[in-house]
Parts: sequence; C-alpha cells; structure tokens
Amino acid sequence: MMRRIWITLTYIVFSLLLIAPLIKIFTGSWADGWSGFIEGITRPQSLHALMMTGIIVVVVTGLNTVFGIMLAMYLVRAEWIGRRMKRLLNSLVDLPFAVSPVIGGLMIVLILGPNTIIGTLFEDAGFKIVYALPGMILATLFVTFPLMVREVMPVLQEIGAQQEEAASTLGAYSWYTFWKVTWPSIRWGVIYGVVLTVARSLGEFGAVLVVSGNIMNKTQTATTLVYQDVENFNVVAANGVALVLAAFSVGLLLLMEWAKKRKEVH
Amino acid sequence: MNALFRGKGWSFGFRSAIMLYFVILIVLPIVGIYTQSFSLGWTPFWESVSDPLAWKAVLLTVKLAIIATVLNMFLGTMIGWVLIRYRFPGRRLLNSLVDLPFALPTAVGGLMILLLLGPNSLVGGLAERLGIEIVFHEPAIIVAMLFVTFPFVIRAIQPLLEEMDKSEEEAAYTLGATRAKTFFSVIFPTMLPGIMSGAMLAFSRALAEFGAVVLVAGNIPGKTLIASVYIFGEIESSNPQGAAAVSVLLLTLSFLILWTVNLIQGRRSDQ
Amino acid sequence: MHIEVRNLNKNFGDFHAVRDVSFEIEKGHLIGLLGPSGGGKTSILRMLAGLESPSSGDILFHGKRVNDLPPQERGIGFVFQNYALFKHMTVYDNIAFGLKVKKQSKEYIRERVMYLVELTGLKGFEHRYAHQLSGGQRQRVAFARALAPEPQLLLLDEPFAAIDAKIRTELRTWLKEMIERVGITSIFVTHDQEEAIEVADEIMIISKGRLEQKGSPWDIYKSPETPFVASFIGESTIVDNIAQLKGFEDAASRPGTKALIRPEYIEIGKPGEIKLASATLPGKVKHLHFRGSEWMVELLVGDTKLITYRSLEKEVLHPGDQVSVLVHRAYLFNDNESWIAENKLKVDPMPIHI
Repeated sequence: MMRRIWITLTYIVFSLLLIAPLIKIFTGSWADGWSGFIEGITRPQSLHALMMTGIIVVVVTGLNTVFGIMLAMYLVRAEWIGRRMKRLLNSLVDLPFAVSPVIGGLMIVLILGPNTIIGTLFEDAGFKIVYALPGMILATLFVTFPLMVREVMPVLQEIGAQQEEAASTLGAYSWYTFWKVTWPSIRWGVIYGVVLTVARSLGEFGAVLVVSGNIMNKTQTATTLVYQDVENFNVVAANGVALVLAAFSVGLLLLMEWAKKRKEVH
Repeated sequence: MNALFRGKGWSFGFRSAIMLYFVILIVLPIVGIYTQSFSLGWTPFWESVSDPLAWKAVLLTVKLAIIATVLNMFLGTMIGWVLIRYRFPGRRLLNSLVDLPFALPTAVGGLMILLLLGPNSLVGGLAERLGIEIVFHEPAIIVAMLFVTFPFVIRAIQPLLEEMDKSEEEAAYTLGATRAKTFFSVIFPTMLPGIMSGAMLAFSRALAEFGAVVLVAGNIPGKTLIASVYIFGEIESSNPQGAAAVSVLLLTLSFLILWTVNLIQGRRSDQ
Repeated sequence: MHIEVRNLNKNFGDFHAVRDVSFEIEKGHLIGLLGPSGGGKTSILRMLAGLESPSSGDILFHGKRVNDLPPQERGIGFVFQNYALFKHMTVYDNIAFGLKVKKQSKEYIRERVMYLVELTGLKGFEHRYAHQLSGGQRQRVAFARALAPEPQLLLLDEPFAAIDAKIRTELRTWLKEMIERVGITSIFVTHDQEEAIEVADEIMIISKGRLEQKGSPWDIYKSPETPFVASFIGESTIVDNIAQLKGFEDAASRPGTKALIRPEYIEIGKPGEIKLASATLPGKVKHLHFRGSEWMVELLVGDTKLITYRSLEKEVLHPGDQVSVLVHRAYLFNDNESWIAENKLKVDPMPIHI
C-alpha cells in the first residue's frame, strides 16, 4: 500500500537527517574513551565557555521574558497605540528572524564597537561592550527577541479582554488583574516561550562569534569553542562539548513538547 | 480606555521603557547598518558589492538555498502528511523529533554533519570511492541548510491538515473522484498556503544560515563560500564597511521575503 | 442612585455611534435600553461603566461628574453578555473576587459569598469551574459576582442573549425578582422587546445612536413618539392610504399621512360576531399561519393588506372566508407630526336616551 511506502520513506529521512547525526555525536565523544571525554570538557577553556553560555542564557531569557510579555500586552491590548502603529510594530518584531546572525553581530560591532562614539564613551567609563560579555548578551537578546512576543500575542488575542474588563469593574487594578486573571491564561504560552528562548540562546553562534572576538577564556561560549576546536582539528574535544550541548538540547526538546501540549489543553 | 492600563502603577515612564527597549534593540541596529554601509559614499559601497567574490558568494547562497528549499518542500509535505494522517508506532516520537533543529545549536548541527559525512566516516568514505564529494563541497552545504530548515514546511502544513474538514474529501469520493484526483484537487490546495509560507520561511533561514554551514563547507572563496561566511571573513579582515555592504544586500533580500510572507498570511486571515 | 447623562456622544473613528443622548435615572429603578443591534446601546452602557470614554458629554453619579473615574472606582457591577467568568477560578472564587480585591476578612467574604450562592440558587456548585456549568448557571454566577461588592449600580449587557429560549423566560423572571429583592438601580441592554417589556420599569429606545423615547413599557406601547418607536414595539402593518379605512376618513385632510396599525387593534370576526357592526369593513381572509398559541391571519380589506391574530378558541377561519374587520386605532404620521387616532365610528351612532 502507498501508505507503507510513505511511512518507510519518512523513517528513512528522519534516520539519515536527524537520528544518525545525533547518535554520531554520542559515539564520537568516546573515540578516545571515557578519559578523553572528561578531559575535553574539564579543560579550563571548556569550563569557562560553558559558564559564559550559562550566564548569557540566564540573563537573556530573563530580560526577554519580562520585556516580551510586556510588549505583547501593549501590542494586543493597549489603546494608546494607534492601529497603524500597532501593525507596523508587529512586523518589526519579526525582523530578527530575517537577519543572518553574522549580520546581527556586525550591526552591534558597527554601532557599539571600540571605534564608535558610543563604544568609546562606555569604554572610558570602564564598561566594554564589544569583545566582552555585554556585547554578547546584546547580540543574543537581538536574535531571541521575537520568540516570547510571538508566543504570548496569539494567546492574549484568543482569550480576549473581557475577563480583564470584568476584573476592572470589580475594583481590581492593573497589577492585581494581571496576576490573578491574565497570567493563569498565558502561563503555558510563556513557559513554552522560555524553553524556546533558552534553546536559542544556548545555541547562538554566528552573532556571538562576531561580537565576542572568540577570545579563549575571556569571551568564548560553548558553541564558539566547538567551532574553534574543529578549526584546530581537535575533534574529540569539540565532540565532547558538543555532546554536553546536544544533551541539553534534547532535554529542552522534551520540555518543549511537554509545554506545547499543556499550552493547547486550556 | 482599556481597563487594564488605567490606575496606579502604569505610568508613562513604564510604557516608554518598553518601547525604548524595542526601538534600541531592533530598529537602531538595522538602521545603523544601512547608514554605515553608505557612510563612505556610494562608490565604496558599489565596489564592495561588485567584488567578484562577494556577488559570487551571494549567488551561490541563493542557488543552494533554493535547492534546499525545494527539497524541503517535497520532504516536508510528505512528512507532514504522514505524521498527521497516518497512525503508526513511533509517530509521536518522530513528531517531537521534528523540532530538534530548533533546539540544537547550529554549530553542533554542523559538527554532526561533519562527523557523519566526513572523509573518515562510513558514508563519506563510501561516497568518496564513488567519486561524489560531500563534505567541504556544495552537497554538504545543502545538507546543512536542509537540516536547519527541516521543521518549517512540516510545522506550516500540519495545522492546515488538522483543521481541514474531512467532509470535503468525502464529498469528492461520493462524486466519484479517485484518491489521487481528490488529493490534487481538494487536499493539495488546502495545504498549498502552508507549503508556500513554510518554504519562504525556510528559504529565508537558509539564506541566513551560518553556524551549520561554516563547519562543513570548506569555505573556498568562489566555490563554497556562502554570503554569511563571506561577511564573516570581511569582518575578520578588518573590512567592516565591505561586510556591511554585502550585509545590506542580503538583508534587503530577506526583508522582501519576510514582507511577502506577511502579505500571504495577512490575506489568509482575511478569508 | 441618581444617574444623569448629558449630551453624550461617542465616535469610533468615522462612525458616530452615540449621538447627543441625555437622560436621568432614579434610584432603585430597573431600566431597559432597547433597540436594534448596532444602535449604540452597548456603547452607552460601557461608557456608564467606564470601559469606554465618551467623545463628549457628561456622566454624573449623585450629581458628581464621573467621566474621569476608572471602572474600579465607580461602584458598579457589570454582567457581560458572555459572562466573562474567570475560567481558572471556582464559582466561589469568582464571586469572592471583588471582595478579595478590597481585602475583606475571610469570614466576611465567606458569609457574603454563601449568601449570594444561596440567593442565586447555586448552592452545592461553589467548587465547580465555569466549564462545568450550564449557560443559565454561568449567568447566575456572573450576576452574583457583580453583586458581591455591593455596587450602587448594576449594568447588564444583553444578559440572556446566549441562553436557550426555554430557560430565558425563567431566568428573566428570576432576574427581575432578584433585582427587586436587592433593590439596586439597574440598567440592562437588550434587543428583545418582549424581554424589555416584561422586565423593565422603564424603557429607553435607542436607535442609530439616538434616544428615541423614554417611558414605561405601557406608555411607549400606547403613545409612541416617533415612527421608529411605533414600528419597533409590537408588529405593525404600514398602510399608505388610511383614508380608505372606515372611521379614519378625516386622515385624508392631511396629505401624505400614513398609518401604522397594530395587529392587536384589528378585530376580525365572522359576520355578526362584532358588536359595532356599523364601524366594520368587509374583508377577505388570504392566508392563515399557525403560530403555536394562535393563528396569524393575513387579510385583504379593499386594497389594503392587514395582519392580525385570532385566538384558537374562536371558530376556525379558512382562506377565502369573508370577515368583518374593525380597526380600533391607528398610529398616524406624516413628515411633520404623528398622533394616535381612534376609529371615529366606534361611538354608537344611535345612542338610546333613557
């Protein structure tokens, strides 16, 4: 039956494109045995890089969650923004999706780099942006910006403003209404957005590579370290770090699917 | 006046902060790159853009992105169809796996492809003996692009297939149409907007991809150097202005695609 | 609560939804805002609530201007058309919401919520969620929730629009009783005249943003002030040539006059059934429609088509039957004026003096 053919073909594609590569990462890390693997990830530069990735993920997810929810609320509910303006802002939100990460990094270097007005201003004040953590955070903020906004907006539109209006007639002001009425409805959308943002900031590569300068033990993240290892033909070490990242990603993937289910139930 | 925003706590300052965040983070950089690339004037811009390596890179990127997108359209349609319409063991697992490229860092994806298809691997060794070169050549770039854009078409057509009214199909059958005819005249047109918008998103993403490609491409100028890697190269060679010029080219192309997708989706929601 | 509205206007872009509306409402009254969809009634209600701001005009509660007060501070209760219950809270928590916001004590909240739960007949349902309730039950929760913080004014936006016809009549009666028991000033919006007539003390007819008439249901029904009001309440037939009908000949003296005749004011009977035979016209039955509780009769009087109702208890008529038709009264109007005219021939032309 045609059915069987399509299903088999599907399985083949999945195995070749997704499953086999994933397995290879797992097996490749052990090419030099258990000790090789441990050595690869406990190198000082590996630990530092993992820490940098961790910091970026936490900061970026935190900021973009808060600002993302707020912006989504303004774009859907606020009446002080005209309809035309809202549509314009709405399309602007999607911009980072269209921008190649390398270009994203370039933009930040061009505006805030050591050769620019703003850049030197901050540097004189002792606060380096480009080729330092702040620049890397900015680059990742840019790239992950649309994710939370795009998750929360449709939910807000679907639940409608009436419950919030009802709350206002019962004497509740904005903050109380948000926590008691709005939040329970958008909760799962936000959680899904958080998982997406974490996954994306964890995996950000191009933009961070450009902005950070990839200085070992200073501005290297896990992904740029993998890149460096591959360029230096240190494949086993690269594999090891990649494995850690892949393990996190698979975990995040599971969280993603779980949150997606909960999002749709209500 | 929306009731949620009246009263204490929501001041003008709060609104401004959010808007400022938005503008500074998104609008400013993009405006910045457009102005910077023309900062030295039109001639240097033109020079950077007409450098043979530059436009060869852009052309290569477009060509390979198109191939990857077309492949994606076929594969994605088939897989989306299978995952929604058929019930078989492992279906839910495969459905979840579709999102893997969204969850995985692109650099890790690139490494995976390198390991799997590189000269030291099973597949790579086999291919080399057959005379087909994968890694460090165009095919590897296509595979990388395929990997990162894998979910787009699938996730775009799945909701359409789910929403589709079974009675349309059944009506066709009762009128005597074969399964094939029904597929092409009833089902396919329903899926088409999803395939198109998924393809455009995939194309846009493939154009922009860096991480997965840079590891497997070999990046030989004129041969396997795609636009984003070229731009990266110019930055590393302290030619930010040249990098900005080519970026503007790529950006404008991506924005046009994004705008088209918005139009298509806008029209669909009006229906 | 004395409510006053002066020259209220609301524009949505180019659309002038509410035009120069002014009215006053006495404390404790139950007012119905009645009119066709899109006429502006809901906008007026929402402006009273503070959910929309007027483009111009004043709203006063107790003589104080409240235009700038947010809904939280107006002391109102609002019942939405789709109930707008808080989906993630139980019935108890929904009703308690307004009290929790004001940080009342737990004991007070418990007392008040249970009182309202009993009042609205929801005892035993306190721990259910909205999706576990029927439409009628949800409406009662919405009502209890609005009443919990003891508002001065209760506003209801088409409260029964989303409810099955059968339960609607029961709920209507229930609502009227509740409101009378609690004694709260209430305004409700509806497009169903039957509902307005049955429930409200006073009705305001709103059409195309204007207040057409304000008065008791009987006043409006008996003395409609504009042609719109006359045609809106009850089903009427428009007759172009009223002078043809017996008893209304002098209407011809005012040219261009048309008439609206209510079915209730058209009496038909087999020849001999009607007492004032001298005031009747001959007519012919054209169609009969069974309406469940009565017959709707379409008849032809000369050139004029009329509609009336006939009780099931009377002898059944058939198409083609000759009947006597007596028009008791008609609402006459032309471009300049409108008035109600009684059939002049209803006075017995041959009084017997004893």
